[in-house]
Amino acid sequence: MKIPIYLDYAATTPVDFQVAKKMMNYLTIDGMFGNAASRSHKFGWEAEEIVDIARNQISDLIGADSREIIFTSGATESNNLAIKGIALFHKKKGNHIITSKTEHKSVLDTCRYLENEGFSITYLTPKNNGIIDLNDLKKHIKKSTILVSIMHVNNETGIIQDINSISEICKSRDIFFHVDATQSVGKIEINVKNSFVDLMSFSAHKLYGPKGIGGLYVRRKPRVRLLASLHGGGHERGMRAGTLPVHQIVGMGESFELAKKKIKDDFIHLNNLRNELWNGIKNIEEVYLNSDLKQGAPHILNVSFNYVEGESLIMSLKDLAISSGSACTSSSLEPSYVLRALGIKDELAHSSIRFSIGRYTTKEEIHHTIKLVHKSIYKLRELSPLWEMFKSGVDLNSIEWDHS
Amino acid sequence: MAYSKKVMDHYENPRNVGSFSNSDINVGSGLVGAPACGDVMKLQIKVNSKGIIEDACFKTYGCGSAIASSSLATEWIKGKSIKEAESIKNTSIVEELDLPPVKIHCSILAEDAIKAAITDYKNKRNKG
Repeated sequence: MKIPIYLDYAATTPVDFQVAKKMMNYLTIDGMFGNAASRSHKFGWEAEEIVDIARNQISDLIGADSREIIFTSGATESNNLAIKGIALFHKKKGNHIITSKTEHKSVLDTCRYLENEGFSITYLTPKNNGIIDLNDLKKHIKKSTILVSIMHVNNETGIIQDINSISEICKSRDIFFHVDATQSVGKIEINVKNSFVDLMSFSAHKLYGPKGIGGLYVRRKPRVRLLASLHGGGHERGMRAGTLPVHQIVGMGESFELAKKKIKDDFIHLNNLRNELWNGIKNIEEVYLNSDLKQGAPHILNVSFNYVEGESLIMSLKDLAISSGSACTSSSLEPSYVLRALGIKDELAHSSIRFSIGRYTTKEEIHHTIKLVHKSIYKLRELSPLWEMFKSGVDLNSIEWDHS
Repeated sequence: MAYSKKVMDHYENPRNVGSFSNSDINVGSGLVGAPACGDVMKLQIKVNSKGIIEDACFKTYGCGSAIASSSLATEWIKGKSIKEAESIKNTSIVEELDLPPVKIHCSILAEDAIKAAITDYKNKRNKG
C-alpha cells in the first residue's frame, strides 16, 4: 500500500499505463508525429487517421457521431465554448440563460462574464437533496431563454441530475441544453442521443487519460450553431481552431475505449468501495452525508464531521490525498458554495471532506482510510471546544459568537 | 498549504490541551471566534495570589494555524504576570510561527483569546 493513499480521483486520475504507452508512439521522430492538418504527405495522413480513430472511440462511449466531437483543451474550455458560443451566436433570439448555483466555476464564471456582456442569467437553487427542481426550472423559462446549462454529476457531492427530464423540458420549448458531464462520462451511462443533449462537455484526465485535452459534443442534426472562441485555420469544423495535439487525442481515445469496456466493472468496484467507506465511518457521532448512495455517482463520497474543521482534518489525515469541500486552503476562507447552496449550514460546510475513489483504489486502502479517519476525528474533537460544549449539552446556537 | 515546521509541530503535538473548571475563582476563560467562520478558540488561565498565570490551557476548533497559534499562546503566557500576558501582540505570534498572510487572522484570534481570558478573570475577581 502506497502512502499517501490517493483519494482525489474527482480532481484528476493517473494516466492508464496502456494509454501512456500508446501516446508515446505519437511524439518522436520514430513515431507518427505528423500534423493532422497536413494534407500533402504521409505524416499528416497518418496523424489524421489516428485522430479519426480516437474520435470514434470517444463518440462510441457517449453515443455520438464522431463528426460531433470538437477537441478542446479540457472541460473548462468546453464549457466556455458551449455557453459563450451559444449565447453570442443566438443573442438576437434572446439573452436569457438558466444554470444552477451548484455548477462548476467554469460554468458560473462564464455566466458571470456574460452578465457583464448584457445577458441575464438565472441561477437555480437545487432542492436540499441537491437535485434541480424541474418545476422551478420550468417556472424560470422565459421567451428570451436560449440556453439551459446543467451538470450531470456534481464534482463535490456526486449528486446526479435528471438530464433526461431537463432535456425534455428544453426540447419542448426549443431551448439549447448543455450538459457539463466532466464527472460522469465513463462513470455512469450517458448517451447524448437518448438524452437529447445539444452540447456536452467532458475531459480526458478524469478518465485515466492525459491532462490538457477534452471535448465538446455539438449536435449535428438538428444542427447546433455556435460562435467559435478561437479563430485560425478552421480546424474542428470551424468551431475551435488550433493544431490538434495528436498524442493527447490518441490518449483520450484509448482511455475512452478502455472506459467503455470497463464501465460496468468500474461501477461495481467504485460503488462497493464507496459504500464500504461510508459504512466504516457512518457510526462516528455527528457525521453527515452530503452525497447520495443511491442517486449519486459511485466515485464520490462527501461527508461533514461536525465540530471538526475541514482544513485541520485534512492536515491530520496527511496519509490521505483528499480535498475539502471548503476552500480554506486557498486565499478564500469561504466554505463550499455548493454545500451552502444545498442549505447546509456554514459549520458543516467548513467540516466537509470529499473522498473520491477510482479504478486503482483497493479494499486495503479503504480499510486503512477508515482507521485513519476514526483516529483523526477522535484527536481533533478532543481538541475542539465546540465538541466539548456539545457533549456537555450546551446549545451552540444560544451563544453569541463574535464574528469579527 | 505549506506550513512552517513550528506550525506543524504545534499542530501535531499541541501543548496544554484541556479545560479548567470555570467555577474556580482563579480561572479566567476566553471564548473567541465563531463556528460559521471556521475558527473558535477557548483559552483559560489559572492565576495565583501573586497575579502570575501559573497555568494555561486551550481547546481550538479551526485550521492548523489556529491550533498552533493558541497552543503557542498558552506556552507564552504560562509564568507571566497578567500585565505581561496582556501585552502579547499577534505580530509576535505571526513571526514565531511564520504564518502565511491568509492565516494572520488566527494570530489575532489568539491575542483576542488571551485578552478575553484576562478580562473574564478580572470580572470574576471584581464580583467576588
